[in-house]
Amino acid sequence: MNLGIIELLGFGSQGWGGPLLKAAGVTLAAASCGFFLGSLLGICGASLKLARAGVLRTIGHFYTTVFRGVPEILVVYLFYFGGSVVLTNAMNSGGFPGFYSLPAFAIGVIAVGVVSGAYQTEAFRSAFLRLDRGQIEAGTACGMSKLLLLRRIIAPQTLRVALPALGNIWQSVLKETSLLSVIGLTELLRQAGTAAGSTRQPLLFYGAAAVMFLIIGRITGLILTRMENHLAKPWRR
Amino acid sequence: MASSSRLAIADTTEAIPAISTADLHKHYGGLEVLKGIDFHANDGEVVAILGASGSGKSTFLRCLNLLELPSAGRLHIFGEEVKLRPGDANLRIADRKQIDRLRTQVAMVFQNFCLWSHMSVLDNLMEAPVHVQRRGRAEVRDEAETVLKRVGLLERANAYPAQLSGGQQQRAAIARALVMKPRVLLFDEPTSALDPELVGEVLKVMRDLAAEGRTMLIVTHEMAFARDVSSRILFLEKGRIEAEGSPQQLFGGGVNERFDQFISRFSQG
Repeated sequence: MNLGIIELLGFGSQGWGGPLLKAAGVTLAAASCGFFLGSLLGICGASLKLARAGVLRTIGHFYTTVFRGVPEILVVYLFYFGGSVVLTNAMNSGGFPGFYSLPAFAIGVIAVGVVSGAYQTEAFRSAFLRLDRGQIEAGTACGMSKLLLLRRIIAPQTLRVALPALGNIWQSVLKETSLLSVIGLTELLRQAGTAAGSTRQPLLFYGAAAVMFLIIGRITGLILTRMENHLAKPWRR
Repeated sequence: MASSSRLAIADTTEAIPAISTADLHKHYGGLEVLKGIDFHANDGEVVAILGASGSGKSTFLRCLNLLELPSAGRLHIFGEEVKLRPGDANLRIADRKQIDRLRTQVAMVFQNFCLWSHMSVLDNLMEAPVHVQRRGRAEVRDEAETVLKRVGLLERANAYPAQLSGGQQQRAAIARALVMKPRVLLFDEPTSALDPELVGEVLKVMRDLAAEGRTMLIVTHEMAFARDVSSRILFLEKGRIEAEGSPQQLFGGGVNERFDQFISRFSQG
């Protein structure tokens, strides 16, 4: 009860330093995996929304409308509890009684991925629309196949244009992984809550969690800025 | 006998035009831009394509490497018929592989240069030869450096397009076309986007290319250049060939009234 701040945040037997660091690792892992999944979904979503066929555009539009319009925490609940009910029913009817829950980390990553994918769809789509058509035409005129054009001309230029928007989405993905605490994933917020509860030091631990979020955000932000600068090099005079 | 049959073979090869079109049509919706163009360019010819804006000259040039798909008609490149099949409004590409192969043979230089802005000048030059034509990197690099030297840009090989002047960019774009070793060069108003003081350096490169006997089709508003450099003038008006002939004939006046009017509008500025 009378431990000092150093002991409470330290790595000793009474300290919460170890669990908090581990939880920060879980936050970073969930955010990275979710963001990566979101990038894949975003590329698919953008392709759908840019497709010539109306049906495909409608599907893409439906995806971004739904997952940008529904609160993220609801998506998390829906995927986790809804998914667990479906799984339990399936297991029970297959002759395995009891309640089955889905793995929190995997479902969390999927939820974060699907939601950030909707935002990334817009980032990729608007970046593509800003490309210089003439440069794409020049590739066609050189006999490039569609795949080669995509790989050598369209993808690198789209990435460069989309990167600032993607950086913003990353920062919000990082914060929103804290929502995964509601499905029992021991990420930074949940671990801080546990520590705060058992030591009655909410100010200290929530404060520490806030600082750790800021540090992770700052470091990853710097990496993204460096990438941005690197990709922007050809456009500097 | 033997010599005469050899002569006959020589005649037939000479008779195959570099590019020919038969009854080429193009319309956008209800607007008919090309109303049946019959044209051929022989190997080694420099054809200047002139006409007022809206005459269809750029559209015609862009049809020749299928950046625009014609609505009807036939296109041959070195005797090979370009495979097109009927579509909704325009013809469609029937054999993408054939088109991609022919496009490296009929290279295009654009009004706005259209260099790939994320690549250095050297990478711009090497892109299509390495990835489309699948030639060896070392050989392509040597060739690219030779061509860059020729257009006076060797020392800018590692610069990015944004770091170059318009004239330098257009010379790099011409170099990019040359590295593919095309058999025909198409120029779509290559100097129209340039500041007046940069036009000369681009025209000089084009003059050199014409002098070495390259087959070139040039859509241009540079009348003096067309008169001095081209071997033939193609004058389009309202989607039709209004006049055709050597520059001496046409610029001499009196051959075609509309051409004379067009030229006089130009000289008045």
